[in-house]
Amino acid sequence: MTMRRRDFLRIAATVSVSAAVPRALAQASRDPERKLLILVELKGGNDGLNTVVPYADPQYARLRPRLAIARDQLVALSEQAALHPSLEKLMPTWRDGKLAIVQGVGYPQPNLSHFRSIEIWDTASKSDEYLEDGWLARSFVRSPPPKSFASDGVVVGSADLGPLSGSKARTIALTNPDQFLRNARLARSEGEGGNAALRHILKVEHDVQQSARRIATGREFKAEFPAGPFGNALKTTAQLAANPAGVAAIRLSLTGFDTHANQPGGHANLLRQLGEGLAALRAALEEAERWDSTLIATYSEFGRRPRENQSNGTDHGTAGVHFVMGGTVRGGLYGAAPALDRLDGNGNLPFAVDFRGYYATFLDRWWSVDSREVLGGRFAPIDFLA
Amino acid sequence: MAIRVFLATFLVAASAHAGPIGYEGARHLLNRVGFGATDAEVRDYAKLDRDAAVERILAGARREASLKPPAFVDGPFVRFVPLNTLSDEDRQREVRRRQDEAFAIREWWLREMLNTPSPITERMTLFWHGHFATSLQKVYSAKLMYGQNALLRSEALGNFATLLHGIARDPAMLIYLDNARSRREAPNENFAREAMELFTLGEGRYTERDVKEAARAFTGWSLERDTATFVRRAAWHDGSPKTVLGQTGRFDGKDILDILLARPETAEFIATKLWKELVSPTPDAKEVKRLAGVFRDARYEVKPLVRALLLSDSFWSKENRGALVKSPVDLVVGTLRLFQVQPMDLRPAVIACATLGQNPFAPPNVKGWPGGDAWINSATLLGRKQLVERLLLNDDRMEARAPMAPAEMSAAAPAKGPEERIRRAMERGLATYRVDWEKWPARPADESPDRLVLAIAPASAVSAETAGIERVRRLAADPAYQLK
Repeated sequence: MTMRRRDFLRIAATVSVSAAVPRALAQASRDPERKLLILVELKGGNDGLNTVVPYADPQYARLRPRLAIARDQLVALSEQAALHPSLEKLMPTWRDGKLAIVQGVGYPQPNLSHFRSIEIWDTASKSDEYLEDGWLARSFVRSPPPKSFASDGVVVGSADLGPLSGSKARTIALTNPDQFLRNARLARSEGEGGNAALRHILKVEHDVQQSARRIATGREFKAEFPAGPFGNALKTTAQLAANPAGVAAIRLSLTGFDTHANQPGGHANLLRQLGEGLAALRAALEEAERWDSTLIATYSEFGRRPRENQSNGTDHGTAGVHFVMGGTVRGGLYGAAPALDRLDGNGNLPFAVDFRGYYATFLDRWWSVDSREVLGGRFAPIDFLA
Repeated sequence: MAIRVFLATFLVAASAHAGPIGYEGARHLLNRVGFGATDAEVRDYAKLDRDAAVERILAGARREASLKPPAFVDGPFVRFVPLNTLSDEDRQREVRRRQDEAFAIREWWLREMLNTPSPITERMTLFWHGHFATSLQKVYSAKLMYGQNALLRSEALGNFATLLHGIARDPAMLIYLDNARSRREAPNENFAREAMELFTLGEGRYTERDVKEAARAFTGWSLERDTATFVRRAAWHDGSPKTVLGQTGRFDGKDILDILLARPETAEFIATKLWKELVSPTPDAKEVKRLAGVFRDARYEVKPLVRALLLSDSFWSKENRGALVKSPVDLVVGTLRLFQVQPMDLRPAVIACATLGQNPFAPPNVKGWPGGDAWINSATLLGRKQLVERLLLNDDRMEARAPMAPAEMSAAAPAKGPEERIRRAMERGLATYRVDWEKWPARPADESPDRLVLAIAPASAVSAETAGIERVRRLAADPAYQLK
């Protein structure tokens, strides 16, 4: 392991010297081929209003007599917005100017079903359009990551491939590297040829084998990850980021955001896992010298309804707030504060930023991949990346 | 004309292929129309010629399931209640009820697939379920989903026009595609659009205007609030004239369906889809035209179309053997049937299907399961292989077992959340499934099991010295086992 990592560093150094990259550019993107996107799904529909709180808006307390978070507990970001107290571990990154907060991310004709709305997010489709492949998988088919990568995409901790779903991209699903290597023995066929279906299966087996050969196990970090499945998934994510052979995208999920009832305790606990987890991930990425070449971004099927319900919870809503962090991120507030005075007929928020514009930022500005072809149209990127 | 075409096909088939279909032919036929044929079934059909074999399969078609459904399907309809309007206690009870009923109909259907005397009936019911995709995820009533399943089965090999008309009034479909709420002031286009795009004509063979006009014709096709039975609400119906696909009149929903059925594209669309289900991933355009003609001439009777597909040269051609990827239901039910496992509890098998990407009564969206190569990615492939390995390894000596991929959440992770609990239930349940190797294979020892276990030669050759159970395990671990 140590040996392999040292080899890799030497090779990386050779490449950057021989390519004679100007120093300024080399610092901004030390190793452009290895730009990693880590997507963190907040499964169940995260309540944006109690995540980044529009505390100065009188409507907030009016719509949420029981759920509104008291001002003295909030962690202020600006005159208008403040973080939920459980997210305080994100503050160092905010103060460093490396945390972007995008408010009002959504799409036209919002669908309020978990199932359908996450499908819309995963495939980057229109509200009434059904696409088969995930948006990341599509982008990898259009513009493949280097063949030397361990995999184009890795899904950590679930079987559902989400944005990486699609039979043509190289995607593996794993819980941790050790387990993946143990299971990979099942995909060790020697044959080739045959009919188209057999060739497809052999290709998938080949991808699994290739990933298995290129994924190192056992890397440990000084950073301490939260206990539980999400913390474990974050540790695996950090191991993959530190892996000598690259990976273009990693997706992991934090589950439980469908807070219809008794929201305060549960939501606080989830946000604590998120805040502590992302802070630990940042520390691990810095340890692995990957902070500048990695982008961490959250997504969720929808936000929740501004007006609290009768069960001390919130129902399915529309636009939500998302976090982006990384060494090259231009921190700050983006999008628009929740327009609590302009709710639709269902009492839901209008969106300010199309989620495909959010994605376009990753495609156009992180990977320099033309987003129009992947997203089926032009969506304006957001300025959290230069 | 039709009779001549049909006779010509028949004569060609009869003259060129009069002999018995043999072991491999019988295996091919039975696994395409059913699930995991056993050695005895294959031997039984091997003696027949193509016509006799196909006729025997079609003659066995059923209109009803052979097993009694769960009792709740005869009980009263329970209206959907948003969980957040319930007290904690009631909410837990309601969640439990929904979950139990959802498992119960899935277990019942998988059991039917395992035990039915007519596997083609279940194969076709599953095909129509994917075609007229409807999901519990939105319908929220297992009773209504069962009702739709019964409709699909009654016309599975019956009449497509009857089925289409039935589906348009089916309560689960009326909920799933929102037509139950469609009224003349605000017509909902969902059902009208999918009726054209996914059920009959196919994409691009109609205009947006056709959809809007047809949607008006379906306004008022709704449900009784308390019983969820079909009702036409005259006050909600738009009785003014509509123009759909060039025809104008004061159309009702029924008229629209007849207009769609009168279009030649409909028979081609269904013939193409059924080709992909039964023959190969790449329909032959000329053959599809011929088959569509058979279907139209038979006034949308399904049996003549299936018969023509099963007697086509393409169906029997060597290059189409093993050309289709087994769906998760194929793999799970087929493996249990092939190895004659009769589990007491099918819930683990249901969860396995869902984990591998095919949760019956919950297709991913209105388009149904994409199928084909899309069934296989690294996660599902490892999951499939682990499942098969586990089923064939299970015996009393097995102690330690590797956790199941792809939801291979670390065994060290605490059992938090419903997904994790369900996965663990599957793990425990699958461990109870056992192959009785004393009874299997019930074949002379000198014959290799290859021809029964695989549709085509294994991708990794298995040496002649590897025999018996070990050979079977090696064959089932081969990529070729994922094909049918």
